[in-house]
Amino acid sequence: MSYQARPTLFANSFRFITGAVLITWLILPLVPLAIWSFAKGWFFPDLLPQRWSMRAWEYTFSDTAGVIDSLGLTIGISLAATFLSVLVGVPAGRALGMYKFKGKGAIELLILAPTIVPGIAVALGIHSVFIGMGLTNSVQGVILVHLIPTLPYMTLVMSGIFSNYDAAFEDQARSLGASAVKTFWYVTLPAILPGIIVGGLFAFLVSWSQYILTLLIGGGRVVTLPLLLFNFASAGRSDITGAIGIIYIIPGIIILTLTARHLSGRSGAVGGFGRV
Amino acid sequence: MTTVNIDHLTKVYPGQTEPSLDDLSLEIRSGELTALLGPSGCGKTTTMKMIAGLLVPTAGDVLFDGRSILHEKPEHRGVVMVFQNYLLFPYMSVADNIGFGLKMRKIDKTEIDRRVSEMLELVKLPDLGKRRPSELSGGQQQRVALARALIVQPNVLLLDEPLSNLDAHLRFEMRDLIRSLQQEIGITTIFVTHDQEEAVVLADKVALILDGRLKQFDVPEMFYQRPVDEATTRFFGGQNFVQGTSDGVVFDSVLGKLKLPEGAYKGKGVLTFRPENIRLGSNVGSENKLSAKISERIYLGTHTRLKLQIADTEITALVNPEAANGLSVGDTITASLPIAALWVLSA
Repeated sequence: MSYQARPTLFANSFRFITGAVLITWLILPLVPLAIWSFAKGWFFPDLLPQRWSMRAWEYTFSDTAGVIDSLGLTIGISLAATFLSVLVGVPAGRALGMYKFKGKGAIELLILAPTIVPGIAVALGIHSVFIGMGLTNSVQGVILVHLIPTLPYMTLVMSGIFSNYDAAFEDQARSLGASAVKTFWYVTLPAILPGIIVGGLFAFLVSWSQYILTLLIGGGRVVTLPLLLFNFASAGRSDITGAIGIIYIIPGIIILTLTARHLSGRSGAVGGFGRV
Repeated sequence: MTTVNIDHLTKVYPGQTEPSLDDLSLEIRSGELTALLGPSGCGKTTTMKMIAGLLVPTAGDVLFDGRSILHEKPEHRGVVMVFQNYLLFPYMSVADNIGFGLKMRKIDKTEIDRRVSEMLELVKLPDLGKRRPSELSGGQQQRVALARALIVQPNVLLLDEPLSNLDAHLRFEMRDLIRSLQQEIGITTIFVTHDQEEAVVLADKVALILDGRLKQFDVPEMFYQRPVDEATTRFFGGQNFVQGTSDGVVFDSVLGKLKLPEGAYKGKGVLTFRPENIRLGSNVGSENKLSAKISERIYLGTHTRLKLQIADTEITALVNPEAANGLSVGDTITASLPIAALWVLSA
């Protein structure tokens, strides 16, 4: 018995310690954020603020702060960028995951490039292009530019899905009397849905956390949450920064909770370029 | 009931010079069960996909009852293909899988339910409708795939290697089921297989395709008794080929002069006879007797295989294990080649 119990005990405590470290690592930085949002002055060397206040939260939800408008705008931009990523990423992932064709390697590299090249370099280049096209200082321009970092994730996830996908199911459905549209709806979509969920989640969060691209292309007129957050942080309003910061992380937590089961790896949706 | 005409059908895949299917013409009569037989990569699945509308032919035509169907979309052809690996939709229950084709035809839900349970009865899986395909055995999945195809009452049923994924004991059960369902419904059925035994036991007629070309299209017996050439003979397990000359009555070769059946080919040719048709012993038969020396003897369970040295050539015989009892390598025996078992191929 003891021979078997010891490694199990070791494995259990190892799991417990790594778990604890991870949670501390992720949660601990958020604690000061939460405390700040309820503090009325919090100075060194106090462990906790002397006085508490709801002022920052009242301000955050007031009309003058613009936080609610900004939240709506950010959600809208991220949803639009996610939707467009799905629209482009699904066919692109299918082509890369299922077919061999000339120049495939080059296309894969091009799709991955935005994740390797520094964002600021991409942003400066695309800025001059967008000025020429009249897309700067507009929400549409911001949505479009967000596709640069979101598409690689979407395409990568979908190509992983499609490399494990058997297109013969579609032939079978056609042969049984399904039109092309019905075949996609009843056969293809259920098979690739986990990938769309995972890829869409990545795309949403990547768009959600864009700062440089939004700032440059939006020209300061498209104020998303990270921009607003940065404004208050650089103005030294740690209490309001804390409150907005909390709001800023909520969608991420909600999405993660809802889709956690698709991220477990069992879905096969996180296989990267699969056969490549 | 539909007659299928395959008319000079040819397929060259993009980027290839050799056709995968070269000028295939067949007439498959209404209600018949026809096998497309050939080794893997010979173009038989390509043919099926072109009939089903899943692949566009390079040349040629496919006609149902004399009418070309090439311009029809796959879902409008009245052809259902059952794939080798069954391809049951994993996200649907067994009943939903079987009802899929009817749902696509916008049939009323209660009508679908009624016909699905009828179908489940027919393939002898009455209680499995609510299961997931992954919970079924291979044989059960095969039946569900068959039920899913038959429920839409297609004009033509295409089966891709219907028995090859099954265990030996299931193959016979499935063969009987396919055969009886096909006879009952009378549906024109084409199936492809690489296994000559599967083709012979299941089909009314067999089309042998080698290297993309049709070799022979005939009833199964003819492939054993009257093969068209050496490659066809070999595909059906023939191993004996002797060069010589025929005058229509006698075949002259290293084996001596052998009497031929009526209607035999005249001229320079290759004599062939099936290993299992060779008789041993001096008291069996009276015609075409040869003195042979045993050079190899292998026990195969149901048969014993003997290699016989006759003059300068070697032939293979498959005999009853009892007939080979007491014989050993080096013995000299008398073998006879019954006249009806001989067949001359043009050289």
